[in-house]
Order: sequence, then C-alpha cells, then structure tokens
Amino acid sequence: MKKIEIEFTINGKKRRLSVKPNDLLINIIRNDLFLTGSKYGCGIGECGACTVLLNGEPVLSCLTLAATVDGKEITTIEGLAIGDELHPMQKAFLKNGAVQCGFCTPGMILTATALLKENPNSTEDEIRDYMRGNLCRCTGYIQIVKAIKSCENNLETS
Amino acid sequence: MSTNTKILTQEFEYFAPKTLEETLGLLCKYKDKNTKILAGGTDLLVKMKTINLNVDYLINIKDISELNFINTDGGLKIGAAVPLSHIERVGKVKEKYPALYEGIKSMAAIAIRNMATIPGNICNASPAGDTIPPLIVYSAELKLVSKRGERTVQVEDFITGVGKTIIKADELVTQVNIPEINNNSGSAFSKKSRVKADIAKINLAIWLERDGNFCKYCKIVLGSVFIKAVRAKKAEDLLREQIVNDDLFIKVAKKASEEIKPIDDVRSIAEYRTDLAQVMVEDSLKLAWGRAGGEL
Repeated sequence: MKKIEIEFTINGKKRRLSVKPNDLLINIIRNDLFLTGSKYGCGIGECGACTVLLNGEPVLSCLTLAATVDGKEITTIEGLAIGDELHPMQKAFLKNGAVQCGFCTPGMILTATALLKENPNSTEDEIRDYMRGNLCRCTGYIQIVKAIKSCENNLETS
Repeated sequence: MSTNTKILTQEFEYFAPKTLEETLGLLCKYKDKNTKILAGGTDLLVKMKTINLNVDYLINIKDISELNFINTDGGLKIGAAVPLSHIERVGKVKEKYPALYEGIKSMAAIAIRNMATIPGNICNASPAGDTIPPLIVYSAELKLVSKRGERTVQVEDFITGVGKTIIKADELVTQVNIPEINNNSGSAFSKKSRVKADIAKINLAIWLERDGNFCKYCKIVLGSVFIKAVRAKKAEDLLREQIVNDDLFIKVAKKASEEIKPIDDVRSIAEYRTDLAQVMVEDSLKLAWGRAGGEL
C-alpha cells in the first residue's frame, strides 16, 4: 500500500506524518504520537471511548482513517489543559468524583466540552441525551451529569 | 471466533479528490472494481472491520466543497458530504420538516452524527435507516451524477432491498432534494429502540395535508418491518379524503399494522413489532394532525 503524507494540527502542534490508507486515527494518536489518553473501547462506534475533537466537533477516532484528517485540527484530552491549569470540565469531573476507572473519562470530557459550547444551559435531560454515546460502566452517570451541570453553572457565573 | 476491531486489516488504495469532476473520473475508472465512497464511514468502516466487506479503492468525498452545502431556498437541498449534525442545526429543518429533524436526532449519538451523512444512511440501505421514512414521506429525491450524465430518483424508488439500491457503480449521490411543503400539512417521526442510541426495533414517519377537518393527502412509511422501508398504502387509502376523527385514526393504525411484514430478529420479534406499529401509527397520526393545525 502506498503511504500518504498528511499534515494536521494536534493539540495546537503541527505534525507531519506518513500513514497507510488503512491506519486508523486512534492508533496513530496512541502509537505514533504517544497520546494515550484516547482509548480503544469497542472499535465499532458504540462506546465513545475513542472520542476526539475534529475541528472542534466530537468524532470517533476508531472509525476515522488517519488519512482523512489531512489539514484538520484535532484536540485530544491531553490538549485541554493549559500548562498545569486544568480545563474547567476536568476540574468539575475531579471535584464531583465523576471518574472511577477513568477509561471513559477522556471521551466523556471531550464530548461534554462540545455540549457546553453548543448549549451552555442544558437541562439534565439534555445532558443525558447529548452524552448518550459515551458509555460509562462504573459511575452510573450520576456524578458525570452532576459534573457537567456544575461546570455550566461555573461558566455562567465566571 | 472474535473480530479484531482495533485495526483495519484489509489493504486498499485511498483517494481524496478535491472536486466532483475528479471523483466521477475515479468512479468511472474503477467501476469494475470494489470501489467504495467514504463520507462518514460510520457504517462502511464497521462493515470493513466486522464482516470483512471487501474494498480495493476508497474515495473520500468529505472535503469536496461542491458537496458541502445546505440550501434552504424553496425546500431543502443538502450536499452529500454534509454531516447529520449540521442538518439538525438548520432552523428550517426543525420547523418545516420535523419528521426528518426527529429522525436525525434519534440516530446514535453526537459523535456519529458529526460524521455520518444522509446519502450514507440511504446507500447503506438498512431496513432500519432512520432518515429513510422521513425522506420518503417528504417525497425527497436523490441526484445521481456520473460521467455519463445525471438523473434524479425518488428515495422511495432508490432502495430495493437489504443493502441493495439502484445506484450504478460509476454514479455518486451528490445531493438530496426535499420539496417545499405547504403550511396546512403536518408530519411526525417515531422510533422505538431499547436505549436511545440503538438501532430501531421499528421506526416510522407520517406526513399529512389538512383541508379543514378533511385529510386531503397522507403518507405513512414504516421502517424495520420489511426488507426496506415501506409505505402502508392501504392505510393511506383509508385516511385520504376522509373526515378525521379518533375512530378513523384507530382504523388506519390497525390497517397499517396488518400491512407490514416484520420478522423476528435480534432486536425484536414480529408479534411485538406488529402490536407496536399500531400504537405508534395512531400516536404519530394524532401528532402530525395536531401539527397541521387540526383538532380532534
């Protein structure tokens, strides 16, 4: 298979890579760029653990060919904090105990930041509806919903 | 035997054309090979991983600007590369085409809808495709373009069976056209699944046109109850040009549930689907009638 040269921005940094047509974005991010925050869960678009932001929108990196991100901007969980200062959503997840095993957390937080951007005043129903593609097998979602809700309130008052 | 979905094992040649012209050239050149279009990839890549769908040439149409547009002048015209989430955010879709809006919103979750497209959902031709019943009730048509020329086909006539459509190997769906609908019409979508992000046990869309307390015209389309989404034509006949009341809606719903031919499968059983269809049709008729400004 002929390799393809791609150039994209990941967490603010420009990267040039040579990828195979059948390379999945999740594997490039984890194995080539060593950003292991994004997780491989189901591989078929059911669980949301591999969620990354592509041009600011959540997408599934296990169903995205690396070749297709040429020229695009990707944010992974590693790109949310500014230096040592965590993103408000990361702080909210910590504060509310919304993390147990942590496997779903990167995808969960990235999807939640997109929700916040789209609708900063979501109701609990709207939060649960938006987050329905990110599965968590530990928390029972209560703390996650609470964290997202508290983050909205924070952003409102700040 | 388990499937490794972590990697994509099959090898193929990848193209990312920048123009429609270039895409059609590639489709024409490789029409006799296993050539697939990549738009969202949310069905295609899953099939390549799980059932080893064979692909020799893959053409990515995501970044072609000619296919990335939504035009709301006189109906709706949607380019083939527009993701579902961008369609659901268009005010006119929610306001004028609620069945399509609700159908899209019911699909999977936001990350999938940021990737998937309407032509992808249609060309995948699953009997449970959620955009299909709404598009049929709105008489939507697809524009198919190839080097040989172009044609338009009603969504209703496009799908012929499970995973089967009338598209030719060198053709590309470039856009979906949905005609303008008038103000005394109403529509609704309904879907039942185990959890919200699931594939439908059964889904349906209804559109009707009201003239006073008469139903002038209607379309009832059910999905996941046959090899493709089907119109309940006998039920439509019962309703057309009749004075609407509760009893009539019950009769129409009963007829619709008798017309479908559901099967037992992993998501549900035929008996349950039949019972459910009746309830869903009745509820959706009432909702659509209300949205058309009608009273019961």
